[in-house]
Amino acid sequence: MMRSLSLELFHVCSVDGGYTRSLRNQFPKQRNPPLPIPVLKKGKRLRFTHSSFICSATLAVMADEKKKVFDVESAASLVKELRGSFNAGKTKSYEWRIAQLKGIEKMIDEREKDIIEALHEDLSKPELEAFVSEISMSKGACKLALKELGHWMKPEKAKTSMTTYPSSAEIVSEPLGVVLVISTWNYPLLLSIDPVIGAIAAGNAVVLKPSEIAPATSTLLSKLLEEYLDNSSIRVVEGSVAETTALLEQKWDKIFYTGSPRVGRIVMAAAAKHLTPVTLELGGKCPVVVDSNVNLQFYLCDLKVAARRIIAGKWACNNGQACIAPDYIITTKDFAPKLIDVLRHELEEFFGKNPIESEDMSRIVSVQHFKRLTRLLDEDEVSDKIIVGGQSDENQLKIAPTILVDVPEDTEIMKEEIFGPLLPILTVENLEESFDVINSKSKPLAAYLFSENKQLQKDFVNNISAGGMLINDTILHLTVSSLPFGGVGESGMGSYHGKFSFDAFSHKKAVLYRGFTGESPARYPPYTPGKLKLLKTLTSGNIVSILLALLGFSKD
Amino acid sequence: MAEIENLEPDLEELRESYRSGKTKEASWRKSQLKGLLTLLKEQEKDIFKALEQDLGKHYAESYRDEVGTLTKSVNLALSSLKDWMSSRKAKLPIAAFPSTAEVFPEPLGLVLIISSWNFPFAFRPGSSQLFSSSKTIPTYLDKKAVKVIEGGAAVGEHLLRCKWDKIFFTGNPRVGRVVMTAAANHLTPVTLELGGKCPAIFDSFSSSWDKEMVIKRVLGGKFGACAGQACIAIDYILVQEGFAPTLLELLRKMAKIMFGENPRETKSMARIINKQHFLRLKNILDDPSVQSCIVHGGGVDEDNLFMEPTILMNPPLKASIMTDEIFGPLLPIITLKKIEDSIEFINSRPKALAIYVFTKNETLKRRIISETSSGSVTFNDAIIQYAADTIPFGGVGESGFGRYHGKFSFDTFTHEKAILRRSLLTEFWFRFPPWNDFKLALTKSAYNFDYFGFLLVLMGLKKNS
Repeated sequence: MMRSLSLELFHVCSVDGGYTRSLRNQFPKQRNPPLPIPVLKKGKRLRFTHSSFICSATLAVMADEKKKVFDVESAASLVKELRGSFNAGKTKSYEWRIAQLKGIEKMIDEREKDIIEALHEDLSKPELEAFVSEISMSKGACKLALKELGHWMKPEKAKTSMTTYPSSAEIVSEPLGVVLVISTWNYPLLLSIDPVIGAIAAGNAVVLKPSEIAPATSTLLSKLLEEYLDNSSIRVVEGSVAETTALLEQKWDKIFYTGSPRVGRIVMAAAAKHLTPVTLELGGKCPVVVDSNVNLQFYLCDLKVAARRIIAGKWACNNGQACIAPDYIITTKDFAPKLIDVLRHELEEFFGKNPIESEDMSRIVSVQHFKRLTRLLDEDEVSDKIIVGGQSDENQLKIAPTILVDVPEDTEIMKEEIFGPLLPILTVENLEESFDVINSKSKPLAAYLFSENKQLQKDFVNNISAGGMLINDTILHLTVSSLPFGGVGESGMGSYHGKFSFDAFSHKKAVLYRGFTGESPARYPPYTPGKLKLLKTLTSGNIVSILLALLGFSKD
Repeated sequence: MAEIENLEPDLEELRESYRSGKTKEASWRKSQLKGLLTLLKEQEKDIFKALEQDLGKHYAESYRDEVGTLTKSVNLALSSLKDWMSSRKAKLPIAAFPSTAEVFPEPLGLVLIISSWNFPFAFRPGSSQLFSSSKTIPTYLDKKAVKVIEGGAAVGEHLLRCKWDKIFFTGNPRVGRVVMTAAANHLTPVTLELGGKCPAIFDSFSSSWDKEMVIKRVLGGKFGACAGQACIAIDYILVQEGFAPTLLELLRKMAKIMFGENPRETKSMARIINKQHFLRLKNILDDPSVQSCIVHGGGVDEDNLFMEPTILMNPPLKASIMTDEIFGPLLPIITLKKIEDSIEFINSRPKALAIYVFTKNETLKRRIISETSSGSVTFNDAIIQYAADTIPFGGVGESGFGRYHGKFSFDTFTHEKAILRRSLLTEFWFRFPPWNDFKLALTKSAYNFDYFGFLLVLMGLKKNS
């Protein structure tokens, strides 16, 4: 039963495979998901999935259904409540923060199975991938915060100079207040929990809005956070465009958004009304430059290693649906055939001869994204450039790892962020040209280089701007908590992970303590030329000049 | 006044300069900083004259607050540049050996700095940049990479429509919102240095010497700072009602010494920037419920845009003098039953750029730090935190976000790029599909840095549970 749709900011559509699509208008509530459609999957167990569309034509019908609506009023009262908790000082103490972080750790430990199931339901994510990329990373972030929190919370002493002598200074970290974390669907656990950990560690009250495109995880998070954490200061709001819009109209002390640049603009514009600082973790086309010298005679397996790492970064990571997944490769015309051969071979090692049937590969999250990706392949100048893969199965929402060569620059696949298992390879005469190609596009979240050439590595770092860079691997820099993770330009602003998460949700307050001795009358009116001379020496910071000036001697 | 059509070639020139890579070089940056120093030295007299013309600032005040602090900042940047520009190593766990990680500071690209009229010389060098509303400085700096554009709202609006890699704005919250909304179109990060009502909490002092010093600092922090037209000027005072008469007496006595018997004659206080602001302040005073609270000063000279240092006692909290940022030489004193009530008073208002506390009471100090929020807190002085290069200068909430001064200036115009270098020799082969329980067990141990457990799994002595 099809109903008419109004195209709005976020299309939400996930459909079970092989059965009549029964589209229901979802009017999202805070806790309970809409009626599920039972689907049998491979005779194992019932798998439920959801369909949801926002349809303005049937709002009247919705009103009749007497379900609780999360509108602007609800959002306002939620913020008011959390602000009350925050102002009462609940979230500021070390003990409270530790208790919540421990709660998150316990939650992930005890409910690991539920989490893995939800991730599988939303994305067909293989268990090991779910473990490695989401559960471990979330637990790791939690553990690090638990270990370091005392240290992070301590004021940082700052040196003071002659100009303010005598004085002492420090920088005190304080929570911003009530913060909003808007998460996304590809790593729905990690990208919700990781920023929330930062927000809690910094002592804020937090509202999490998980993505409705991963509904199983969204519902699970809502349930788990309510069960394991302090509801007076930590809440989850489920829903779609309407709910997010209602939330964005409120005054937050910080908004942390992970998602697309298009919506990033909307979030920032909404934040601007309240002068709310934002961190935007967006996307981009992450290039991989592959140098031919990766195939040095001495290191026979180098190219194989490089290929494996590219494959792992692309297809073993949510099947290319990751903000830092390699988007396209640039290599020399001479080297391309060799690279393609090795990639082809390793792909088969990873996923077998028929990758669509492989259990080790995630599916595309929704019909809408599936169609988007197949459309990219169907474009005229694109379909004949496929040299590996290209197969797809709409029922399973799976697309095989697909490699293309020399797709024209003005095609959609070369302009948009792919966010899927399609990997174009661009060939150039010599590798230095790759810099121009990359710099002609907007700054990506990550840029990768496979090369043992030290000079090329140096040039790459100096001449390419990206959120982060990896030499001779892909993705992994995300796991290093001592490195800031964030974008630049179109790929975002602000960063997090490790202490950077704590800092992202903190205000660093400068505190200056002044003493009563060593006062200089030169500061105050009535002003005289003599005072000016003294001021000049004082601001120079030069102790000898200062003494001379005080004694009445001066160069000026 | 810049013509809007003429802006495009300027912008293209800036982009070209940046693309050529020359602004990234340490040598270029140093040459520009040195150029600034030369400018400040050679043009000092002209700068003083301009500031006197615009604001009636005495040259000592101009030096202390503008030329002097700038000179200091430029010198700091010159001596620290190499250090600031170098990559910072990041720690890695043993399991990651032999990888290396570092954070590499790179310029953002084209930046727009919109400065303010009250301290018009307070600009900061960084990437290719464009200024708005300031005196022209192209003779000392690289014209192709550093440009000054003068103009009003129309020019500002046009500039905001262009794509920048960073916008740095100093001004009021209303325009701050406009700037940030424009920046959102291009996903341009912003630093907003806004204002607010900066309170000064005045605890009672016993020693007479302390009192004198502190009073000087209060008066200097209000009337001595561009006649109160400074984002970090003391906006109003909070004091315990019992101590208020004493405080008032001390303030009046010291004001006479600092600004003379007839403040209109004195050259020691700046005047109001223009008619519009003068009338704004005059309107504040003309409110009868406010007029009746004047206890010192109150005289105005409309022809010369001059206002006497004016002190008021307990004006109504709902009047605009207590709801809007004053930005002028009017100093309300609000009395409280006890000084600790100041915490609640401050918390019921938008967060200020600075809170000043004049006290020796350590408990009060601790409470202010932990129970209030503001851009900064300064104890027993005012304004001077602006001159400290080692602490960040910036707001929170309505007073803005982002920060600068010292290395924080460098950082505010920098993208910290994370770089991880791996070797092709070692590999965690269990990273790759096809997945199985063995690989899962190994990964679990590795992620928990359980090296011993890892070995056990490898040897087949431990299974995935």
